[in-house]
Formats: sequence, structure tokens, C-alpha cells
Amino acid sequence: MILLRYSKRFTEGWVFKVPKRTDIQTILVIGSGPIVIGQACEFDYSGTQACRVLKEEGYRVILVNSNPATIMTDPNFAYRTYIEPLDVDVVAAIIERERPDALLPTLGGQTALNLGMALSESGVLERFGVEMIGANAVAIETAENRERFKEAMAEIGLATPISGFAHELDQAVKVATEIGYPIIIRPSYILGGLGTGIAHNEQELRELAVTGLAASPTSEILVEQSIAGWKEFELEVMRDRADNCVIVCSIENVDPMGVHTGDSITVAPIQTLSDVEYQYLRDMTFKVIRRIGVETGGSNVQFAINPVDGEVVVIEMNPRVSRSSALASKATGFPIAKIAARLAVGYTLDEIENDITKQTLACFEPSIDYVVTKIPRWAFEKLPGAEPILGTRMQSVGEVMAIGRTFTESLQKAMRSLEQGRYGLNCDPTEQEYASIETADLVARTFQGTPERLWWVAEALKRGVSIEELHDVNRIDPWFLDQMLMIIEEREVLGHTGFAGMDRVSWRRAKRLGYSDAQLAYLWGQSEAEVRAARLAAGVRATFKTVDTCAAEFDAQTPYHYSTYEDTDEVHPSSKPKVAILGSGPNRIGQGIEFDYCCVHASYTLRDAGYETIMINCNPETVSTDYDTSDRLYFEPLTFEDVMNVLEAEKPMAVIVSLGGQTPLKLAGQLQAAGIPIAGTSPESIDLAEDRDRWNALCVELGIDQPPGGTATTADGAAAIADVHGYPVLVRPSYVLGGRAMQIVQDEADLRRAMAELAADGSLGREGGLSADRPVLVDRFLSDAIEVDVDAIRDTTGETIIGGIMEHVEMAGVHSGDSACAIPPQSLSPLMISTLSEIVKRIATRLEVVGLINVQFAVKDGVAFVLEANPRASRTVPFVAKATGVPLAMVASRVMLGASLSSLRDEGLLRPAATGTHVAVKEAVLPFNRFPSVDPVLTPEMRSTGEVMGIDATFGIAYAKSQLAASTRVPLEGTVFISLADRDKAGAVSAAKAFVAAGIELAATAGTASFLRSHGVEVAIEVAKLTDVVSGLVKGRTAIDLINEGKIAFVINTPRVGRGDQTDGAEIRRAATIAKIPVLTTVAAAAAAGMGVAEMTAGGVHRAFAVKSLQEHLGLV
Amino acid sequence: MNSITPALLVLADGETFEGEAIGHQPTNGIASGEVVFNTVMSGYQEVITDPSYAGQIITFTYPHIGNYGVTAVDDEYRRPFCRGVVVRELARRRSNWRSSAGLDEQLVRWGISGIAGIDTRRLTRHIRDVGAMPGAFGTASHEELAAAVNVEPGTTGVDLVREVSITSSYAVAGPSPDAWNVVAFDYGIKTTILRHLSRIANVTVVPGTATADEVMAMSPDGVFLSNGPGDPQVCDYAVKEIRALMNLEIPIFGICLGHQLLASTAGATTFKMPFGHHGGNHPVKDLRTNRVMITSQNHNFCVDHTTLKVAAEVTHLNLNDGTLEGLVYTDLPMFSVQHHPEAGPGPHESATLFDDFAALLKKVHGRVGI
Ligand SMILES: Nc1ncnc2c1ncn2[C@@H]1O[C@H](COP(=O)(O)OP(=O)(O)O)[C@@H](O)[C@H]1O
Ligand SMILES: Nc1ncnc2c1ncn2[C@@H]1O[C@H](COP(=O)(O)OP(=O)(O)O)[C@@H](O)[C@H]1O
Ligand SMILES: [Mg+2]
Ligand SMILES: [Mg+2]
Repeated sequence: MILLRYSKRFTEGWVFKVPKRTDIQTILVIGSGPIVIGQACEFDYSGTQACRVLKEEGYRVILVNSNPATIMTDPNFAYRTYIEPLDVDVVAAIIERERPDALLPTLGGQTALNLGMALSESGVLERFGVEMIGANAVAIETAENRERFKEAMAEIGLATPISGFAHELDQAVKVATEIGYPIIIRPSYILGGLGTGIAHNEQELRELAVTGLAASPTSEILVEQSIAGWKEFELEVMRDRADNCVIVCSIENVDPMGVHTGDSITVAPIQTLSDVEYQYLRDMTFKVIRRIGVETGGSNVQFAINPVDGEVVVIEMNPRVSRSSALASKATGFPIAKIAARLAVGYTLDEIENDITKQTLACFEPSIDYVVTKIPRWAFEKLPGAEPILGTRMQSVGEVMAIGRTFTESLQKAMRSLEQGRYGLNCDPTEQEYASIETADLVARTFQGTPERLWWVAEALKRGVSIEELHDVNRIDPWFLDQMLMIIEEREVLGHTGFAGMDRVSWRRAKRLGYSDAQLAYLWGQSEAEVRAARLAAGVRATFKTVDTCAAEFDAQTPYHYSTYEDTDEVHPSSKPKVAILGSGPNRIGQGIEFDYCCVHASYTLRDAGYETIMINCNPETVSTDYDTSDRLYFEPLTFEDVMNVLEAEKPMAVIVSLGGQTPLKLAGQLQAAGIPIAGTSPESIDLAEDRDRWNALCVELGIDQPPGGTATTADGAAAIADVHGYPVLVRPSYVLGGRAMQIVQDEADLRRAMAELAADGSLGREGGLSADRPVLVDRFLSDAIEVDVDAIRDTTGETIIGGIMEHVEMAGVHSGDSACAIPPQSLSPLMISTLSEIVKRIATRLEVVGLINVQFAVKDGVAFVLEANPRASRTVPFVAKATGVPLAMVASRVMLGASLSSLRDEGLLRPAATGTHVAVKEAVLPFNRFPSVDPVLTPEMRSTGEVMGIDATFGIAYAKSQLAASTRVPLEGTVFISLADRDKAGAVSAAKAFVAAGIELAATAGTASFLRSHGVEVAIEVAKLTDVVSGLVKGRTAIDLINEGKIAFVINTPRVGRGDQTDGAEIRRAATIAKIPVLTTVAAAAAAGMGVAEMTAGGVHRAFAVKSLQEHLGLV
Repeated sequence: MNSITPALLVLADGETFEGEAIGHQPTNGIASGEVVFNTVMSGYQEVITDPSYAGQIITFTYPHIGNYGVTAVDDEYRRPFCRGVVVRELARRRSNWRSSAGLDEQLVRWGISGIAGIDTRRLTRHIRDVGAMPGAFGTASHEELAAAVNVEPGTTGVDLVREVSITSSYAVAGPSPDAWNVVAFDYGIKTTILRHLSRIANVTVVPGTATADEVMAMSPDGVFLSNGPGDPQVCDYAVKEIRALMNLEIPIFGICLGHQLLASTAGATTFKMPFGHHGGNHPVKDLRTNRVMITSQNHNFCVDHTTLKVAAEVTHLNLNDGTLEGLVYTDLPMFSVQHHPEAGPGPHESATLFDDFAALLKKVHGRVGI
């Protein structure tokens, strides 16, 4: 008989009893590559956790990831870090070089999983004796192959929707007719619902089936009965090698089946299921993970339930850490990836401490006492031609999460976290857009999932439409609709009560429903400041509660908090010197992971320097919102009100606003006015750089060249400016990000059209519209100018260091965020380089910058024109750090808090840049494959979602690597199709020669063909112009024919200048994108590709890429 | 829009909470009992109707309660015996195909009062730190409520089993007429327990006060000791009868209070835990298989197995605090667990314990029931 005592000692006795696996020493971890739609920085979060844990456990971690903007690729997170393309041959080379014992493919999303599968199928793992841990090939196959999955589910008695499989079109049609419409197409091995869609008739089905078959790597599609409108749920499960299983989190989708989970507004925990139903899902989830055979780690299982009779079907299971696991971790405080990594190396759940309670073990199921709401963020306004309609194909580029004690509170917090002009569910200027919509139309519109759906629902409720009527149309659960109705009803009450009539009770009720001061200010026509003051005077202030995984059952020391309106506060700020860091909010095109990287680096380095760090952010995908990145984490919207609540509670000595992109920068002025100490560059200087007129004056004063131009609010005004400076001109609205709505116009007619568009553009209206204080900027467009980005840091002593000078591959006119660039510059003269450096220093000094500054130049005919200067961290900071080894964000953070650059040199934080031995090329990754209707041509409006880096001894190879990493494989054989605008023809000759020399055959349109021939380049195939063939002018095969026949390996097609859309070119580029054939749309890129081909085939031999770790490149070993 | 009725919750140590009255409105505007909390995120109806909560006011840590309504089949007893419910947010509209009524109307029907709008996290942390204590809530004045708290006995030393237990026996049919015959003592037996027992046996449910002779007269193959409310130490009458059955070496299976009574009969002492276990997410390790089960828990008292006078082996432990969760008696055909293998609400993985009971009967009687 065992003897025990009632004490915690006992459980501690259980921790770490069984030793971790000692038969493996080296583990290869695969990251998820560039940020793309469907796979964002949640995998940097999970990968970073995994690397940290494995390192702690004493393993030799080898990491491969092509994305330089990630925290995980910081040299100190792995023993060896390879920033190389995620390609079978490349990774095989890494394996051959590093000889890992094991491969962990389950923490890098679908990319890592598929790559892991490919490595296993191609025999590489076997050849080098590498064991796949976390999940085995069979398990992955069973989960990801929809046919195998269905069989497996049938075996364990789990229903799935009626369906059949097809490997070609007619088969699909046949199955569909048997099942009956509507039908959903679901390809195997896909990510983010790529290639899925719902067909209501045979014609729609035929279209969908084609794209579906193309989307599936195994060209297999599931043809399935559509159950759109059913309730959708998701359970996050973990399993260890002792077969212990726990559910970490349950999630309910507000948008019913038919809208991809990644595009759905989701809520944790499940709200509308009884325990009987929930436990059934739980039991089934365990059955699924056991049958699929995921031995250790996390998975998620998606279910659909018929709201009428509770019938349950399984939708899918992901045998890996997923976006939902990141959400689940942030929602519960249970670090899934960290624990999955431990399980993968042999621990069991009851051997791992729950690092939140520190008193209990990881072998439990979190219980939460709050509600979490996630809302995705889309970028349709940037993708003309793409319809803002949500379906089974994921289209969002980012998401926000909010925590509240009730659904109403968390919903409204999430809505204002989006930063899209909404203060909440209603009560803000934007709601006026709906006034013009007929109620009947409004209700009908809510049938479709769209980015606006919930606001339409709210408006309908406001007009008295019943919950029943709405539910019948949109199938959103009546409970959610009623919660929204409560918010709407409160608005009535608040309207009647009026600002003057508010007492403590009514303030408290409004705040508990999630109303922001801004909403109330709008409702009562007061200023936000007045509302805030009156509320505080009434004694109603935000209280902070804690995310503790156990609903307060145990005393937890978690540093993870959220605001709500309750009786008591759980945060007791220390008296240590504190710094608050404002994050960058939801990922969006133009502001992504790069800024989170900077915020995280600030937190790391300031902690090391002895400050207490406080992170405020609302993006669940990020490393910054990991509860142990900073001393304290506040999961809050980045609005003035919410940020002030935290700052008043914490009273930091300084607040960092310049590392999170525009989001925190926008708040700088207001915060300073409220007496908050802003670290680094003063808000005045920031304004000086942002305000067009003051900036122009400054440039004149410093004698710096700018593209000539002016501002206008009318078409005539714009035309007048253009007449003075000459066409082409570049027009853009002021105060927008990422080149929003920017365009190059060639003549007056074009200009007037553009001005009309800008005035009309609805989404721009929301971003401010046109007015005297929001004029259109009209600049002379500098054609064929080389664009250069410079990042620099200036300290309080006035010393300025140049962090990196990046020469763009594409000419100015392609947004800096969308163009490739190289460190070091490849064509700039030493003189020009010092000129640029000198200008940057002058600007930094004049702006009294303390911290980072980024300056963009267009260099034309030896003259450097300044395009813009941003006294803040730029998108390129992480790339520079990876390319040179200088941790710019860390250095800047210390500088902002008063350290001098020289002192940081002495500390060793500021190292000399590692240069001379290698060239690093950053390439942008664009989302066109998800928006087939959009012309994939590069413009001044940024559209890329992520970036990759290629690094090697020479530019050509580094560029080719960056292209492969961005899945634009530069061809070494086959046929390349070339069709160029006249102005580009000359520039392409060198590339064309290189291709031919490498034994590649060329196909070209007549004009391009004769031009190349006249320059001694042999063109094998000459194709007819589309338009001519269509109009019957000539017979013959067109480029489209060749592309569809699979004859083309690579397309180089530069657009004619101007926005002219329906040209041959547009058709060709689209066809290529759909056929997944790489397309280069600028002659500069073509030339670079040519250099790559030349180097890779020099001397007639085809060289495979050589791999080398970042630690070696940067001389860290 | 529903107008609200302000109400207060006052604890024995003076802590006061503001909220609004829900459910049944007592004429004197006062409901009192021992305030405890439960951390389940679903299953409020099962919790409220669990007779083990007799004498207690249940605080739900999950803020939204009532979302999916109520349905008769989820009741755990003929009626609830708790003294009230404390919630953050009571759903005014239910949504679920199973539900037949809203929780608010059902509370009225049951005659159970509640208070909503409470900072239940503040309350939970307070109970966690100071311990479960008497409290009173309602529309009455602070003074009246405070006075009510002072006369509230709490659950220590109070016999709540007599309050909840049935007075006359009844039968629950098993899988087949010749399945095992099991007599189950109703100290407050949950419906889901009977569902599980009747998977393996024909069950006769007898009052908690039934005698060993009455039980033996039914010539049972085995005896089941149910869960129930309050302090095991006051149920000496039960212990007396159990001892008689123990001496006859009848196979016995006990759950929760049944487990505590069996252990007391075996000479062990029980102690009151600071705030008990009330939730659906407690990890319990089966020391025989080394497997962990997530379990449903609801108890304030705990067996100190070191004081056992009869040879027994610890089979289960709570991984959170190391408390005893299960015993197998070495020389007698008896075993018991502290947690709730029947769930209702909660996880199902430990339901196999009922099959262990069937296996025990088979071993003892050398034949297969059914
Ligand atoms: N049979 C179906 N009927 C209607 N919608 C469906 C069906 N199956 C899946 N969906 C919808 O499609 C979305 C994407 O499907 P899923 O298999 O989860 O793709 P992914 O693997 O990209 O997550 C789901 O979230 C769900 O909303
Ligand atoms: N006068 C100009 N001539 C040529 N290209 C320009 C000019 N002004 C801007 N561009 C191009 O437009 C892109 C976006 O301009 P920028 O001012 O950086 O917008 P944002 O601040 O929104 O990023 C630049 O990267 C550059 O390629
Ligand atoms: Mg999915
Ligand atoms: Mg999937």
C-alpha cells in the first residue's frame, strides 16, 4: 500500500520522471516560409516556441525557413539557421550537410507538412536515416488525403457528408449528378480552402472542378454534398505517446458552414452546445486523432452540426499545429506548440508543468471564464477585380482577437481592433454608409458571408428586423443575433438617457456591453475626451483580469491580461522601470510580420537591459502576443482609449510607438497630449515628415531633390500641376498606407479618369475621401529610375549609422514592398552610395530622429530624388538584420531609451555589418494565385503579403534562390515565353541571350520576336496575337494555347504603360497564374533572372543550389 | 428590454457583491447557503440539479449561463437541492434544438433563486483564497442579508443526505432480466449514474437510510454507494449499515460521498478541503495503467487514506493537488472513486469504472451477468 500525503509536493514528484528521448541529438525543424493568405505568422509563433523548447532540452536544432522577417530565423534560436528555399532538393542538401536524426514537420503549417511528405516520398529521409517525429507519413496521408480520411472516419463510425471522388472533370460531373446540387468541391492536400467552392448547377461545377483539380497537388478532388448553413465547430486536441488526450479549446463559428473557418468570425469557447453535445464532439475528436494516428502533438478536428436535429458530421482534421491552435493558445494560455515540441521528443502531458499556474501540470483541459472573439481582416480594396464575397476559399490576410467577460464585450473590442474605421458594432460615422440601403436588400445581403455581414445584420436589427427573419436568411445562430440585438437596444437606451443623464450604473452597463468611449461620443455628439472624463468622474474605469487556464481555481502568476468592466483589478504593477511597446495590430497588406518582429526585438533587448516590458497588441498570430515574450502582455485593441487604460494602470517611464508601423504611430500625438512619455523621435518630428507641405519646405531648406509636384482636390487642379511638370505623373491620396490607390497616369484624359476614381472610391471614402485637408498628391513620375531604400539609426548624441542600403531590382513605380531588392547594392556607384548616406544623415539630424528612420530614393541620371522619409521602423528592418547581422530593432530600442551607439558598440550589441562575402536578395510574395480575376502586374500600390530571402555568394544565384523561395522557379530547360512592351524590349536582350545559351528555347509574340532576332537572339516559336486570332484576322496558336497545352515553363510579359487592363498581356498573365506558371512582369526582373540562369549553367553544367547557414554567412561561427 | 431588479450577495466575512435578481423571487428576498464555485463551461443544468449541491449556492465561473436552455432529460435528480445560483450573465434567449425551456423560467419552476451580473471571478478568487463560506443573496437589505448569513450553518456537520434521499425504494431495469442485481443506496444518486449502472445490472434504488438487512433481503449480487451532499462524518447511520455489508463481503462500488462513507467504514478520517473540487477538467492518474483521465469533480471533503484501518491500495490520484481519488480494498471485494465517472456533466473517459464493477461481480460470483 503506497503512502501519500495531501500536499503539492507530491505532484511535483511526478514532473520530468521519465527522461526525454536520448537516441536523437539533432532535429531539423521546417518553417512555413513567406506569409501568404492561409498561412501567416502563427507559424513563426509556433516555430519559435518549438525551437526554444528543443534548445532548452539540449537538442541541436537545425532550422530551415525562407522568410527573413521571422523571429525563428534569428541566429540564436537554432544551432544552424538556413534561410533557403523550402524546396525538396534544397532541404535534401541541408540534410546531407547537417545529418539530423529527426525531422519535425508539424509546426510549420501545410508548407512544412507537405515538404516533409515530399522528403519522405522521395526517399531522402530514408537515405540519410532521418526519423519523422510529431506525425508519421501514414498519419499525414490519412488526414490530408480526403478519400483516405473518409474511409477512416467510416471505420470509426463517424458520419461525413455524402460524397464521391474525382480525378478528372467528367468523373466529377457524374458524382455530382448522383449526389445532387448544391455541391462543394474540396481538393486534397490544400491550404486555406484553395480550389474549394460551392456549385449550384453543372456549369458552376465544371468551372470549380477544373480549378479544384489544378489546386490539388495530387489532382484529386472530393465532390461533396453541400451542408452550407449548418453550424461549424472546431476542437483543438493534444495527444502524448502514453495515449493521454486533452482538448485545449473549443471554437464555434459565428459564420455557419460555407465560409472558411479562417474567414469566419469565431468564438471560444463553444456557446450554443449543451454538455451532452459537447462531450460527444470531445469523444469523437479523441477517436479521430487515434484513428488518424497522430501519436504526439496537436491537431484540430472540424465538425458541422445540423441546427434542426443535431446531426453531426466531420469536416476535416489537420494533423499539425494550425492557425486555430495559435488562436487556441492565445485564447486559453495553453502553449500548444511549446508542448507539442516536448511531446515530440518523448515527454508525456503529465510530465510537463503548466507554466501558467506553475502548480499544476499540462495534462488538463483549460477552463476559461471569459469570451474570445476572432475577426479576420481582408484586403479586397487592394485587389480590383476580386469580389468581396466569402466562401470556402480563405481570402483574409490577417485577424484580430479580443477578450471580454461577455460575447458582446469581446465582439465590440474585436471590431475596433480591426482599425477599419469601425468603433464597434454600431455608433460610428461609417454606419451612415448603410442609410441608403433598402431594408429588404440589407436583409437579403446578409445571406452571403462578406467582410461587412455583421454590420449589415446590426443595421437590420436596428431597423427592427426580427431575429427569426435574419436567421432564416443567414443561418447565424439566434443566440449570437440576440447578443447583437442587446448591443443595439442599449444604443436606444443610451440615446434616451443622454450624456447628461448618465450615472454610474448606466456607464457600467454600456461599458460591459463593450461600448467604446468613441461610440458614445459619436452617439451624443461629444468629444471622446469629454466622454472619458465624465465616465471616470462617475467612477467607471477599466479593470484588468488574468488569463490563467483555470478560471481562477488556482492562484496563477500569469503576466497575461485583458480589460473589462468588473469590480476588481488583478494587476499590481511593480515599481521597476517599465517600458510599454505598442504592437502593430492585425496583419494587412503593407503592415505585416516585419513590424511584429521589431516589437518583439524591442521587448527582448529591453528585458535584457533590465527594464520591465509591457506589450499591447491584438493580433493572435504573433510572437509579440506570446505571454512570455514580455514581462506583461495586454491583449487589447490599439485604440487611444484601450491603450490609455493600460498606460494609466501601468504608468511606464516610456512608450515605444515607432516599431509597430502606422498603427501605434497614429496614436503618438494623442498620447503625448495626454501626458504619456513617448520614447525616441518626437511626435512633432513624425508630423514634420508626414505633413506634405512642411516636408516639402524641409527638403527645400536642406537642398534635397524631390520629384516635382503639388497637391490638388479637383481634376482641373491636378491637370494644372501635371501641365507644369509634365506627364507621366503619379497620383495618390494623402494619409494612406502601402501606396493605397496610387497610380501612374500618362496623359490628361487618364488623369481625369484617375481623379474621378479617387473621388468616387468607396473604401477610400472610409479612409478619408477627398477634401482640402486630404488632397490628392500629384508628382512627376520618374520613369526608369532606380529605387533605393535606406534604413538608419540616429542616437541622442547625434551619431547616425546606416543600417542598410537596398537597391531595388524593379524600377521605381513598383511599390517598394512589392519589388525585390539586394544588399549590397549592385549597380550604384560608391559616390552615389555616399551621397545617399549623406542625405539620410542630413534628414535624420534635421528631424532630430532618435531611433530608426527609413528613406526611399529614386535615382535617375545620377540624381537622387527623395520619395519619402519615415522616422520609424520600416518593413525592411528584419531583412537588413538577417543580411548584415546587425540587430537594428534592438539597437534602435536601446537608443530610444537613451543609450548611445558607442556605448552599444562597447556592449557588443551593435556589431559591424558582415558584408563582402555574400549577397542577400529580398523578394516579395504576392497573393494573385488566390484572386485569379486580378491582373498580376506590379504597380505603385502594394499587394504583397509576405517576403522571402535568397542568400548566396553572387547576386544571380541569390536572386534565383529568392525566386524559387517565392515559387517562381527560374527555368534551366524547356520553353520561355517572352512578350514585351516596346520600351522594355532593349532591356530584355541580355536575359534572352542567357536563356538561349542555357539551352532554353524561346517563344515570343511577333514584335518581340523580330526585335530579339534583329539582336541575334534565336526565337524558336512565334505566336499569334490573341486579339487577331479572336477577331479572325489570322490563324495560328496563341500564347494562351501554348500555356494551356503545358508547353511553357516560364513567362516574361511586361505590361504596356498605364492601367489598360484588357490587353493581350493581361490575358496571358492571368492564364499563366491560373496554370501556376511563373510570370515576371518587369524587364528588370527578367534581366536578374537571366543572370541567375547564366551563373547556374556556366560552362554548360547545371549547378544545383549550394546551401550555407546564416551563422556561417554572418561569421558567427 | 427586461427591466432589472437590483440584488446583493453578502458573504460571511462581509464581502459584498452587486447584481440583479433572477429566477425564483423568495417572499423575504433572501436565499442563503454555503457559497461554492464550479468551473465547467457547459452543463449548468446537470450541475444545478445535482443533489450533492444541497445546502450550497453555486457560482458559475463561466460568464454566459443558459445559452442552450434546459431539457428534462438532462436533469440529474427529481429536483434541484442547491440553495441558489450566482452567474455573470444569464442568457435571455436560448438556442438549441434539444432545449424545451429557458433556464430563467426553469429556475422559477424549480423555486431556485439566482443572482446575475456578479463579478464571478472576484467571488471565485475570494472563495479560493479564504475558503468556501456561508453567504446570502437577494433583494433584501444588506443588514437582513448579513443577519441571514450569521444563522446559516454551512455544510460541515450537517446531515443533508436525509434531506435529499428518497423515502421508498424503486427499481431500474437493466439490460436483461437475468443481469446482475445491484442495490444502490440513494444518498442523492445522479440519474447518469443509474444510466450507467443499468447498463450492467437491474438496479434497486433504496433510501440512504436503508438497513443492511433490508438490502440483504433483496439478495443483491452487489451494492452501490452513491454520491451525495455534505459531510460524511454525520452519516454514521450509513456507515453502520455499510459495515454490516462489508462483513458479509458483498461486492461494493462507491462514488464520491459513497467513496468517503466506504473509507470511513474502513476506519479512515475525512477532512474538509479549502474550497473543494468543483469542475469538469481535473486530471486524475490511474496508478495501475499510468494513464491520465480528465474527470468531473464535485466534493468539499476528502479521505485521508493514511488513516485507513483496512488494507487498501491507492488506485487514483488527483494530479493537480495530489489528493486521493480512488481506492481498491486489498482483501475485500470493494473499490471506490472520489471523482464522477458518470460525468453528467463532464468527460466520459472514466466511465469504464462501471465495467470494472461488472468485472468484480463476475470475479466474485464466478459467472457472467446478462
Ligand atoms: N460539405 C460542405 N458543405 C458546405 N461547406 C463545407 C463543406 N465542407 C467544408 N465546408 C466549408 O469549407 C471550409 C474549408 O474546408 P476545409 O476542409 O476545412 O479546408 P481547409 O483544409 O483549407 O481548412 C470549411 O471551413 C467549411 O466552412
Ligand atoms: N515620383 C515618383 N516617381 C517614380 N516612382 C515613384 C514616385 N513616387 C513614388 N513612386 C513609387 O511608388 C511607390 C510607393 O510610394 P511611397 O511614397 O513609398 O508610398 P507609401 O508611403 O504608401 O509606401 C514607391 O515605392 C515608388 O516605387
Ligand atoms: Mg479547415
Ligand atoms: Mg486543412
